[in-house]
Amino acid sequence: MGNVIVVTSGKGGVGKTTSTAAIGAALAQRNEKVVVVDFDVGLRNLDLVMGAERRVVFDLINVIQGEAKLSQSLIRDKRLETLYLLPASQTRDKDKLTPKGVERVIGSLRKAFDWVICDSPAGIESGATLAMRHADAAIVVTNPEVSSVRDSDRIIGLLDAKTVKAERGEPMEKHLLLNRYDPSRAASGDMLNVDDMLEILSIPLLGIIPESMDVLRASNIGAPVTLANADSETAHAYVDAARRLTGEAVPVIVPGEKRSFFGKFFGRKAA
Amino acid sequence: MTEVLTDTQPIRLKGRSFLALVLSPELPFDDWLVRLDSLAARSAGFFLRRPIVLNVEGLEIDRTQLRELLSQLGKRDVRIMGIEGAHVSLLGSDTPPGLTGGLPASDIEVSEPSTKDTDHGGTAASASRSKTKAGTPTPSLMTTQPVRSGQSLISEGDVTVVGSVASGAEIIAGGSVHVYGTVRGRIVAGSMGNESARIFCRKLEAELVSIAGYYKTSEDLELELRGRAVQLWLDDDSILAETLT
Repeated sequence: MGNVIVVTSGKGGVGKTTSTAAIGAALAQRNEKVVVVDFDVGLRNLDLVMGAERRVVFDLINVIQGEAKLSQSLIRDKRLETLYLLPASQTRDKDKLTPKGVERVIGSLRKAFDWVICDSPAGIESGATLAMRHADAAIVVTNPEVSSVRDSDRIIGLLDAKTVKAERGEPMEKHLLLNRYDPSRAASGDMLNVDDMLEILSIPLLGIIPESMDVLRASNIGAPVTLANADSETAHAYVDAARRLTGEAVPVIVPGEKRSFFGKFFGRKAA
Repeated sequence: MTEVLTDTQPIRLKGRSFLALVLSPELPFDDWLVRLDSLAARSAGFFLRRPIVLNVEGLEIDRTQLRELLSQLGKRDVRIMGIEGAHVSLLGSDTPPGLTGGLPASDIEVSEPSTKDTDHGGTAASASRSKTKAGTPTPSLMTTQPVRSGQSLISEGDVTVVGSVASGAEIIAGGSVHVYGTVRGRIVAGSMGNESARIFCRKLEAELVSIAGYYKTSEDLELELRGRAVQLWLDDDSILAETLT
């Protein structure tokens, strides 16, 4: 049975889709069988970031409505054999995303893949709660700014209340992915620092992704940043985050600083 | 702009509990009203100016019967402040509001013939005292999880949080609030009017603190308290604070 991971944040524009694609590709590069699922019905982007927008025939809503088989809607990546995309619908009404349908689709994907990575829409409405509903673990993407941190805190509260795992009384595994971290702004003090964010959110740190032009360049050519520029600092940060997700102990390095967070924060018991 | 702010008088809303007499009528109402009349005859003005709650639990009556009973009680100067145990369909804008969540207190014996209603006043007062003494202690609430943005923790007793209270989270306690972590959200202590309730926290960054209906927002809190371990209490209608060392 595969792992179902939701990539969520509450706030929009913090890098959920980029992170979904990058971590999905990084896991697939390790020969894990991965599917990335776009839950953002009506505002899909994952197909663009994956470079598959011209190959979409059937989507998640078609499968939920029984208009297409799951196998027909899955798009295999051209670069990585073990990476698949399940696109969202751009035209259909988001109310068509039903709890029963989502449960059925996630159940089938879980049987066929090692990793099911769900890209959640922003907000705390039904789209976001359905994306997290069946997850075994969550990646909470947060930018170093107060509004993003508070929204992430809200989402963590929902993860502990509205997921199937939480309702069964089991602890929900949560990981913090600190995105768009700018070492120069951190040095000048006009950005929330890592320690404060970890103190506020009190969940283990999965990785720190530096702010970089590589991300924009990668999405323009339609490739996850881990594939587009595998030698970049950003790609390395995502690959390390993916390794930590599989349970490997890799120290987290704060960009622009010599210190690392290994032992101090990573592996700390999830609150 | 600042003038507008200082002129604003906040409206105080507080929960408070009162001891009320509960009348439980029995069917048929005609017979019960005769017994009520004989009680009223023995102790004149017993029900006068007293808050009375009507308990109709377990009685199979319809809307007309309830309204007839209310008007009969009205004729006897028994003023009903609320109705307990009635289905919502029985109630309307022409009846007193429905009440739920009543707590038991000791019974007030009224079958004993008594002529002075001051005696009854004494009985009611001692009943209220015995309630506070012998009643079950208000349960306190303890959590070892951080209180996240958007969550509220509500308790009639004390609340203890081993962790932090996030910005956009709130704690509402009838008693005191203890936070072994940073408070960034809102803390309401003594929500039901308990003026001796206090707030304790390891690090104060709160958006709002309130004790027994009085409150301070983060702007009103002194700067030197920010980020410190602090206790807050109420003294003569104002919230006082000191750092804990």
